[in-house]
Amino acid sequence: MAHIPDGVLSAPVLIAGAIASAGLLALALRRLDYDHLPAAAALSAAFFVASLISVPVGPSSVHLLLNGLMGLLLGWTALPALFVALVLQAVFFGYGGFAVLGVNTLNMALPALLCALALRPLLRRERPWSGARPVFWIGAAAGGAGVLLTAVMLALSLGLSGQAFIPAAQVLVITYVPLALVEALITGTVLRFLQRVEPDLLPGPRALEVEALP
Amino acid sequence: MAEPADGCSTLTTALFPTDGASAADWLAARDTRLRLLAAGLFALMTLSLTQFWTLLTAGLIALTLASAAGLTLRMLRGRLLALEGFMLFLLLTLPFTVPGEPLLTLGPLTASRAGVAQALLILLKANVIVITLLALAGSLEPVVFGHALARLGLPEKLVHLLLFTVRQIHLLHQEYQRMDQAMRVRAFRPRSDRHTWNSYGWLIGMLLVRSLARARRIMGAMRCRGFHGRLYLLDTPTWNRGDTWSAAALGVMVTALTTADRLC
Repeated sequence: MAHIPDGVLSAPVLIAGAIASAGLLALALRRLDYDHLPAAAALSAAFFVASLISVPVGPSSVHLLLNGLMGLLLGWTALPALFVALVLQAVFFGYGGFAVLGVNTLNMALPALLCALALRPLLRRERPWSGARPVFWIGAAAGGAGVLLTAVMLALSLGLSGQAFIPAAQVLVITYVPLALVEALITGTVLRFLQRVEPDLLPGPRALEVEALP
Repeated sequence: MAEPADGCSTLTTALFPTDGASAADWLAARDTRLRLLAAGLFALMTLSLTQFWTLLTAGLIALTLASAAGLTLRMLRGRLLALEGFMLFLLLTLPFTVPGEPLLTLGPLTASRAGVAQALLILLKANVIVITLLALAGSLEPVVFGHALARLGLPEKLVHLLLFTVRQIHLLHQEYQRMDQAMRVRAFRPRSDRHTWNSYGWLIGMLLVRSLARARRIMGAMRCRGFHGRLYLLDTPTWNRGDTWSAAALGVMVTALTTADRLC
């Protein structure tokens, strides 16, 4: 649902999106070296597979975006990971399109980066022996914020493309609220699970961040 | 129930839906770089079209390409339906939000002719582009696709990430199916409640843990084969006379369609 198809957005929005995501991508790639490539790839594959699960919410079901969680766990690497996932989905699954790739990447990756910048320092301060509660809430914040920010960016890209899209964009944001709630709960649970089972995956004192895997 | 209980049941046989498509000889013989360039150019051209008949012509060409790529209508239908979810939403609102000559009045709402036309144009463009992408790029092996991207100038590191990710997606998807089966054997039924969401949280957590374990094993295997901080792409792309002709034909077609679109 977070993939805008081709043909909808106006040329200025498409071009701005492409330039912005290309620039961010170049920055992120410079921070990633070949030693950490397998870990980055394995985690992005895990996110890809997890986003295929359809989660029941009320009478319908949703797919998770997971960009908040990716930001938390991968930091800058979330950008190329999301880009690769979007390319694969556009080319092999028909979600999205060609010219919108930049905008779609930006809509998913910018919230991920913001979550990384805002919440990773908090997470880093949590010790493995400190309570589970704060970790859960950090995760919940990332999950909820990731979805809501993406919804806002989707609405913005539609709204900036034409007056006629504004009502649709407004409704679109509202439809993302249930997903944001469920994703917040699930992301919190994932983070608490990782804290108990594999704290190495979390940024923290026992750091084994993707940027610094052995 | 709208969705199958398992949510991924359609993916159990082949994760990549275009797997198993075999292309016609003339298309299979083309340089992969040309196929990707053609897909991109065709998409940009489709975006620039403003007339129904030129778009429909582009659609016919896209369908021809899809059949040459060996895509069956069943493969296409599944992919296009996924696209229509988002479109439906937009298309239902557009007629009412674009000002113009009224076509139909529903209470306080008025659907305009211009709005309906714009909605249909968008629908056509989106579908034509997705069909072209699936036909020209999506029917390639993911590995071949990645190499072609690198030969077109995408950063090698990004391409290696893509290649690794594609491989890991297959493996982790199998891992997911094993865990999903294990949950269902223990009478887990996804419902809209806290228990389900918690269980999915643990499932995703476990997927991440296993992926990290895999990454460590890969890294170990790479080190043991003398990895020293760089990976290489080993394909040798070859451009032949047929590719030149195809590129020329593509150029002529794109120019013809865009000029026709402007003139008529």
